[in-house]
Parts: sequence; C-alpha cells; structure tokens
Amino acid sequence: MTNLTHFRTPLRHTPFHPRTASANRLNRWGPWAGCMTSLCYGDVDMEYTAIRNAASVYDLCPMVKYRVTGPDAADYLNRLMIRNAAKLPVGGVHYTAWCDDDGKLLDDGTLFRHGPEDYLICCQERHLPWLLDSAQGFDVQVAEITEEIAALSLQGPCSASVLAAAGLDVSALKPFRMARFPFAGGEITISRTGFTGDLGYELWMTPDQALPFWDHLFAAGAPWGIRPIGTDALDLARIEAGFIITNMDFVPAHQALREDRPRSPLEMGLGWMIDWEKGNFTGRRALLAEKAQGSEWALVGLDVPGNVSAEGSILYHDKKHEAGFVTAAAWSPALKASVAIAQVKARHAGGDNLWVEIYALRELQYVKLMLPVRVVERPFYNPARRRAMPPERV
Amino acid sequence: MTYDAVIVGAGHNGLVTACYLARAGMKVCVVEKNDWIGGAAVSRELYPGFTYSNCSYVSSLFRPEIMRDLELSKHGLQILPYEGGAVFQQGGGYLGMFRDHDANRREFARHSRRDAEAYDIYARDILRFCRFIRPMLMRTPPDPSSFRPRDLAELMWLARQMGALSEGQRAEMVRFWTMSISDYLDEYFESPVIKGYLAVSAIIGTALGPMSPGSAYVLLHHYMGDVDGNVGAWGFARGGMGAITRALTASLQAAGGEVRTGSGVDRIAVRDGRATGVVLANGDEIAGRRVISNMDVKRTFLKHVEEKELPGDFVRRVKAFKIRGSSGKLNIALDAAPVFPALPEGAPMIRGDLHFTDSIERMERGYDDWKAGHYSRDPFQDVMIPTMIDPTMTPPGKHFMSCFVQYAPPKIEGRAWTDADRDGFRDTCLNQIESYSPGFKDRVLHVEVRTPRELEAEVGLTEGNIFQGELTFDQLLFNRPVPGYAQYRSPIRDLWMCGSSTHPGGGVMGAPGRNAAAEVLREAKLKPTMSDAYAVL
Repeated sequence: MTNLTHFRTPLRHTPFHPRTASANRLNRWGPWAGCMTSLCYGDVDMEYTAIRNAASVYDLCPMVKYRVTGPDAADYLNRLMIRNAAKLPVGGVHYTAWCDDDGKLLDDGTLFRHGPEDYLICCQERHLPWLLDSAQGFDVQVAEITEEIAALSLQGPCSASVLAAAGLDVSALKPFRMARFPFAGGEITISRTGFTGDLGYELWMTPDQALPFWDHLFAAGAPWGIRPIGTDALDLARIEAGFIITNMDFVPAHQALREDRPRSPLEMGLGWMIDWEKGNFTGRRALLAEKAQGSEWALVGLDVPGNVSAEGSILYHDKKHEAGFVTAAAWSPALKASVAIAQVKARHAGGDNLWVEIYALRELQYVKLMLPVRVVERPFYNPARRRAMPPERV
Repeated sequence: MTYDAVIVGAGHNGLVTACYLARAGMKVCVVEKNDWIGGAAVSRELYPGFTYSNCSYVSSLFRPEIMRDLELSKHGLQILPYEGGAVFQQGGGYLGMFRDHDANRREFARHSRRDAEAYDIYARDILRFCRFIRPMLMRTPPDPSSFRPRDLAELMWLARQMGALSEGQRAEMVRFWTMSISDYLDEYFESPVIKGYLAVSAIIGTALGPMSPGSAYVLLHHYMGDVDGNVGAWGFARGGMGAITRALTASLQAAGGEVRTGSGVDRIAVRDGRATGVVLANGDEIAGRRVISNMDVKRTFLKHVEEKELPGDFVRRVKAFKIRGSSGKLNIALDAAPVFPALPEGAPMIRGDLHFTDSIERMERGYDDWKAGHYSRDPFQDVMIPTMIDPTMTPPGKHFMSCFVQYAPPKIEGRAWTDADRDGFRDTCLNQIESYSPGFKDRVLHVEVRTPRELEAEVGLTEGNIFQGELTFDQLLFNRPVPGYAQYRSPIRDLWMCGSSTHPGGGVMGAPGRNAAAEVLREAKLKPTMSDAYAVL
C-alpha cells in the first residue's frame, strides 16, 4: 500500500492556495497546467479594474519552468529558439518562441538569464522530451523546476508604489530587466515583466516564502486597493494588450491532430523575433522557405464596430467567402471598443472588404450580425506608463 | 481670421461638439469664461495634493460611442466602476446594495423577503423602458409640425418604436412617464428603506419631490447609461470628472481645435439675422461662420443675445423654460477614511454611494423645505468617496469625499443666498454625516461648499440647475428646450445650441454635443465624423 492520493486531488494546489482559496468568494476555479487556478475571486469587473487602475495580483505558479545551465547554455538556446539568447544580457528577460523542424510553433514563453550559463524558460506547455533531445551534443543540463518556484504577477499603475511600500524599491528596474531583493532574511527576484500591457512586475520566490510574502505584499498594498485577480480578468487585459496564448490563439505543433493546424512564427506575427544571422536553429530552413514563398496565414488585430464581442466568430471576405476566424475577442473597457485577435488567410491581412459574422446570444436566441471589420495595430491598448522610466508612482 | 465655428463654453458638450467638427476639418475655437476648462465636468485642486470632482461626480451616461469616436482612452480617460452602496437607517441599521446579484437579493431579504424577489421584476421593467429610450438618445428629435421628409421619416421611426411595443407595454410606458416615483415603487415594494434607496435616482438634480408626478421619468434618465454594458451601473472617471473634459480637450487639440480660457462671452454678435461671432468680456472679438452655445438656453438667449434679434414667442417660451435649481454640493478633503460603525468590517459599500434618507417620506419632507424657500433641514445626501477606488486623487490613506445635497433652492425665501446661509447649509450637511460617522468632522481638512448661487456664478448654470433645465415630460424630446427649436438650431441663423438644455438633456452624456455636431455637419454638407448609436439587440 502506498499513500498516493493523486486521484483524489488531480489538480495541484499552488503554494499560495491557502490565501487564494480564502479570497475566492465564489469558489470559481479552473485547471491550468495541472493546478487549481482562480478564474474569478468574486467580481471580474472590479478585478479587471484593479489591473488598469490600481494593483492586481495573479498567481503565476502553474507556469511551466525549465532551468538550463552549463557552458553551452547560450548556444543550446540559440539552436532551440528563434531569438538570440546569447544577446540577452545577464539580468535580462525576453519574450521568445521555438519551433519544430517544419518551422511550426511549439510554444512561446519568456527567457530569463540569471547568469552567463544559467537560464530559465517560462512557458505554457510541457516540453521536457523535446528539450532533452535537443540538448544532444551540448554541454548543458535541462531540469523541469516548475514546483520549485512560486511566482506572483503584480500588475497595475500602482504596482511600483506598492512594492516601494513593501520595502522593495524597483524604481531603477527597466522593462524586461530583473534584480534580486532581500526579503525576510532571504531573497526574491523581481522582473519588470507581465501579461497585461500595463506597468507591472513578476515576483519569483521559493515555495516556503510564498505565504509570508503574500501577506507582506497585501498589507503594503492596502492603501492602493491591491486585489487578487483571476484568469477571467487577466484574459481581458491580455486581449487589450494584444498578447497571444498557446492553445488559445494557435495550436502547438506537438499537440496538433490535424496537420493544417500548426502555425509558424511568421504566421503568428512573431517574425520580428527571428534572428536569421545567429546561425542554424531548429526550423530555420523551413522558415526561410516560408519567407521566400509567402505565408499561408496571418495574425491580425481587429476593430469590430458596435459593442458585441466577436468571440469565436468566423471572418468572411465580401460577406461570402471564409477568410479566417477570431481566436480572442472582447469588449475592451479601457478602449471602449470591441476588439479581436484573428487568424486570416494571408491575402486578407490588409483587411479589405473583411466581415465578421457574430452570433450574439440574447435570452436563448442568437441574433446574427454581419459587420465590417478594420485591421488595426496591436497592442490595442498601450499606455505610456507601461514603459515609463522611472516607473509611475501614485 | 474667421473660425468655422466658435463654441461658447468648454463644458463636456461644447468640447464634444468641437471635437466632431474639428475632425470634419472645421477650424474651431472654444471660448471659456473660467481660467480652467470643464464646465460641470471639472476637477480642480482646492487643497494641496487633493483633486476634486467639483460638480458632477459619477459617470454612466457618457456615451461609449463618443469615447470611441474621439479616442478618449488614448487621451487618458478611464472609467472605473464602483461597488454598490448603502442607506443608513435611523437607529443604527442599514440597507446595502451589492454588485453581486445573490448578495444583493439576500441583503434585500433582510428587509423584506417579498421585495428581494420583487426587485428582479422591477429591474426587468426598468430595463424594458431603457431599451425603448436608448435608441433615441443619439438622434435629432423630429419636428412634429413639419412636413420635411426628414422630420416625417423620424416621426415614422418614432411611431414604429411605439408600434413595436405591445398594447400593455405602451400603457405601462405612458403611466411610467407621468407617475411619481413614490407611486411607482409602491407597486413593487413594501420596505420603506428599499423604496428610499431606489427613489434617489428620481430626484437627483430635479426640483421635484419623490411624490411629484413626473419624477419616475427622472429615474429612467439615471438608469439608461451603462459602464461597459452593465446598464444602470455608474462609475468614476479616474482622476476626477475633469478627466473627461481633459481628455476631450486633448482630443480636440490633436484634431487642430483651440480652447481659449479666461474670458467669457459678453455677447453673441448678430448681423442681418445671422450670428457672426462673439465679443468677449475682455473686449476681444472672435469671428465665426457659426456660433454654438454650450450655455443653457436661458443664459444664451436672455443674457448674451439682444432681445430685439429674437421672435417674441421664442423669448416668452425661453423665459418660461423650467430650470429651477434644487441641489448643492460639498467637496471635502479628508485626513483619513471616515468610519461608519453601522457597516460590517470590510464591507464593500464604503466604495459605493452612501445615503442617510431611509424613507420616501423623509425625502419628501426635505422637498417641503425647498418649496418653502429653504434648504432641507434634513437633507438627502449622495455621499461618495471616489478615492476608495481611484488612487490618483489624493495621497495614499487620504480621501476626497463628494456630497451631492438636495434640496437647495435658487433663492432663500425669495432673496439671494448669503454667506451665512451657505455656512448654515454646510453645517447641516456635515452634522448629518457626523451623526452616522462619529469623528468625521475631525478628519475634515477642507470643504468646498456649492449652493445654487455658486453653481450659477462659477459654472454658469442658471439658477444652479445641474441639467440645464428640468427633465420633465413637457421639456423633453421635440419640446426641449422649446417647441420648434429642438434641432439644435435657434431663431438666429448660424446660432446653434449644444448644451444639456437640448435633447436628450443633462448628465455627463455628451449626446447633445454629438447630436448638435451632426446637425451642423449635415447643414454644412460635410461627411459625418460620428458613428451611429450602438444597436440595442
């Protein structure tokens, strides 16, 4: 007899669970990467408002994390990923993505460089076999350390003020930089990163620091109305920021059942990250060919007239021919506009004569709308405080 | 130089009109008598480090189509929803309002199980009226005496709207428009405090009591807005209500428009029956192909246009336009958050609207004082602490409190307000709050007191009426401000109106300004720069 009880609690509790559970007034939970995650603590509008107005806290623990160490770490990551990991300075963070040999996306994520030979990959999906197989011939170690790190995302225009009140002066920290700060006899890492398109920080610690840090942060943030937020509010903010999510805006190549589903970085608007000069990397040949021949798909941001969200809608050219589909959409409270992220056949990326067919459910019946859409820049919402130095203090 | 349009008054409607015209390529100039912009959507720092919402204090009616058209988000505007509210009862109890439907139902059930379930039916009925009225907000009212094709088409449209209702619903609608809110609520509810809370929206800004016929419509006027689709919900403008006019000004300047502050209009220049510009109080003359007044209809035509230029019948009707002031305001800087012992620890209601008038009868007695020419001795107050949500208006831990007070008459027993009257009014209000929040007065750092006298002198609202004219049925739609002149035009060619005296009326809505701009562009044969109103599905 063993004392294994995974079958009774299939979803792992994060190190913050005692606090998130007591704050989750509606018991509204969802699974994320095998963890129990708050979808909403009680009021999605007020939680969203905390992101854009004050300070919001999101439990990031379920993010999948891999540590890459060893003399060849930079070379290995340069072979693995599309962006140049060698150019990332120690103490820096960048957004990146990686592909299979066909140049199709496996995932996107953030890469943190803690030391010359010490990186952390933070991503949505699990990739250990791929990461280990790719390491052949490199002097590196790859370890899955998801449960060894507890992390919170503190986002909102008051986040720097809250951290200062907590004794953590992040005023010198530039966007996409990180630093270590003392906390309760130990240290935590703070990076100026996030998934909301607003001023914000991600706070990285050991699981045993989680609860004391949560309590410390919420006590310090009370005058600014600090508030835990669930995935529903975060998803709204990330749509406004125009960010994509693996398995929501594209299907990773390793999971796609249908061969036409995977997308390349060029097709997903990530072409700007590719370093063509850094030497060979996985997928390079296929991506070069795609670049020469043209992509089949394109990712676009859309402005949708009216006030009905276009979630899950199909796009048409000239109201007749299918041209693509919406992967994420929302009424944006920040913009007072209906916005959408969509995949379209590349020839429609300009948006000429592009229409969306929306089925709006009203009291059990669908109202059908056919509306002309406009292709617009992402991010849809891009406040100056997102990048301002020093960070805004409120 | 000659502007295409000179707009008189940098309130929200004047700025909305100016923005739309500037986007159509017109050369526009907004003139403002004060050294600051904003009209009644204004935020000034009257105590160091504290930003006030000096007049209007919450937002719901401001049309999202306008915010989108004019890119106000890009120019810094953020609307923040707030959380419910509470009425304190005499004797220590309270009624809370919550954003969560189930929490709200359980709270109502503490006061009446019947009312808790009746509320859903009431809310459904009010929403039906909102669905009827919302499509009218962004349309120019038809002239029912005209046979021009556009007027006939709009009349037909109105008839179709009515025709789409069932006979029963049509009867309900007519009843609702003409009833008192007291009678209307009696049909749904039994709890005095629940009725006291719900009646509030029917008296705000109105020289009617809750038992006056016609007050029910005023409630609808406060319910027909929304915050991001939550119809009837209200919110704060981040940084105070002045953030709305600041964003509008930035949007206007980005489109090439100008704002001149510091000298108001002395008179509107009229030559050969046409407006040709304005003469400012400082003597400056600004020439314009058209003049658009954001001032109320009385101020515009009785103070700034020579009577001989106007038809007698028009002047008579403008003089008869009801614009009685009924409210005042206290804006308070607080050293610390007030404590209301009646509320449970950590209750969210402190982040919403707080009232002390726990029955309709008490509210009506406050109105009795107004009728007798005195401010209410036991006033109704709509108390809000926006800094419970908005961190930008005060230093952390400090608070700004906005107290909307009713009733306050334009004159005290027939004579002008004195400073002593104003101080008495202030003390009456502060004492009322103190009696529900012991120690409150010790936390007060500064109070701005605004009676109808100050509202008229500073903001320019005749008699201190916040809606630029009462929202009674006789002064709505094609009768607003006066019959025959509901299409933003006046008897003088090239002199237009864009303020809340015009359809669809007051509140920080922007619809009058938008509709006026649409009419100006139509007459100038320019392409509209405004999108259509969102469809009601």
